[in-house]
Amino acid sequence: MPEIKELVKQLADKHGRTRESLLPILQGIVSEDRYISDFAMTEVARELDMSAALVYGTATFYSFLDTQPRGEYVIRLCRTITCDMQGKKQILKTLEDLLKIKVGETTKDNKFTLLETNCLGWCHKGPAMLINDEIYTEITPEKVNEIIGEYMKK
Amino acid sequence: MPDKKLKRVDLIFSEECSCKDVLADGLKSSKEEILQKILDSGLRGRGGAGFPTGLKWKFTAQEESDEKYVVCNADEGEPGTFKDREILSRVPLKVFGGMTMCAKVIGAKHGYLYLRGEYQFLRKDLQKALDKFHSYLKEMNHDFQIHILMGSGAYICGEESALFESMEGKRGEPRNKPPYPTVAGFRNKPTVINNVETLVYSFMIIRIGAKKFQELGTADSRGSKVFSVSGDTPIPGIYELELGMPLGDFVEEFGDGDTKAVQVGGAAGFCVPRKKFKDTIIGFEGVPTGGSMMIFNSSRSMYNVLKNYVEFFEEESCGQCTPCRVGCQQLKLGIEAVKKGEKSAAYLDTLQKLAETMKVTAKCGLGQSVANSFSSIVDNFREEMIY
Repeated sequence: MPEIKELVKQLADKHGRTRESLLPILQGIVSEDRYISDFAMTEVARELDMSAALVYGTATFYSFLDTQPRGEYVIRLCRTITCDMQGKKQILKTLEDLLKIKVGETTKDNKFTLLETNCLGWCHKGPAMLINDEIYTEITPEKVNEIIGEYMKK
Repeated sequence: MPDKKLKRVDLIFSEECSCKDVLADGLKSSKEEILQKILDSGLRGRGGAGFPTGLKWKFTAQEESDEKYVVCNADEGEPGTFKDREILSRVPLKVFGGMTMCAKVIGAKHGYLYLRGEYQFLRKDLQKALDKFHSYLKEMNHDFQIHILMGSGAYICGEESALFESMEGKRGEPRNKPPYPTVAGFRNKPTVINNVETLVYSFMIIRIGAKKFQELGTADSRGSKVFSVSGDTPIPGIYELELGMPLGDFVEEFGDGDTKAVQVGGAAGFCVPRKKFKDTIIGFEGVPTGGSMMIFNSSRSMYNVLKNYVEFFEEESCGQCTPCRVGCQQLKLGIEAVKKGEKSAAYLDTLQKLAETMKVTAKCGLGQSVANSFSSIVDNFREEMIY
């Protein structure tokens, strides 16, 4: 917990302590920890001197501001029709088989979380997925094997 | 009948112009001259809604305020749209240039670019380009600063007032309108908010003049536009085309020979079936689009397409107003029930009425536009919804 306290303080020093700083601070926590815990939210509220309910309300509004524990690598597969038409379902199955989890779940070793997301803006090069902030396009089951294999080694 | 043909244009991405020179020229002109150019060009917003850009700038310029802002809406989230990402990665300086021109007209010292979280990977290069751009401004002794803010995966934040809320660190819930952003936008100050592409076109109009821009397109839809082409096409990608072409021309150029429908304008847009290709004009006088063009051939189930869209809206509805929150859920449950045979085909008419109700009662563009795709798909492909 002291790490979170320190992180929140650092982020507040960087982005400021006003309401407008809230989103960048929450984004900073996610990029460090992959999710915002209840404790982190109350820490932010304390640091910014605002109600924890406000922090909670804001954090839970945004789909990229996870408030559930997530793995080290969060995979977001695009679920829009154009990616679907280019083989998204096979990709999903490959990912589920490979990681032995379903959409919404995290692997036991806390390494991967598998999620679906709305249009990633790569419809001409689908299927597309994000792993944290990294984008992968025109993926095939073979490519997914390779990509995930690389991450597993990390 | 339409007399325009499909014509490729190369305005936005053409490299022949030095951003620095155009910027220097632009900054030398008076704000009245710049505004007049944009007004004369007939440019309308390229995000989808199509409000005349010059008027937006003019209204904001007329407001009395100690602070004004220009905001670039780079929260491109409409399914099937990816042109803003392409523009931001290929010609970011032109986007900043457009913001600077707007700032000069309205009297803003600060500009903000709100980039969707899905495009975080662009951030680094964009910041580099911005640093370079700021060095130009410094050389020219022009007092204007642009800041990049990130979104976090909420489609609704592309709605302008929701975007301001998000910039202010709140939930991205749309505000009541009026007041419009030109009166009370970011921090409740007069604000111009323009789409990425609109800002680039503004900048290009400063360079080529209003007349040359006006020569393209039609009376209602001046100029050209960047289209994001995807789906069943052998050549998916980004294309800049003159506005006002018949959809038939578009399909001939981009279809795979077996096109059964085109979804014009993304999930919030309209589905046009084959029999209407010839008579549908792409532009504000016909079917407008923010750029998304999804092509479906006869192997595709339009039920799956509609279900995908409705699920999308259900997820992305901010939940603030009842018509949208409950309406999206019920539309999804409704089409599933009809497909399964749990409800009769006539139930589709009830759902159509619900969609129409959402159109008049939802608070913002998201809920109001669900009916566009819903009604156009159910009307034109009714049998596919049932069997």
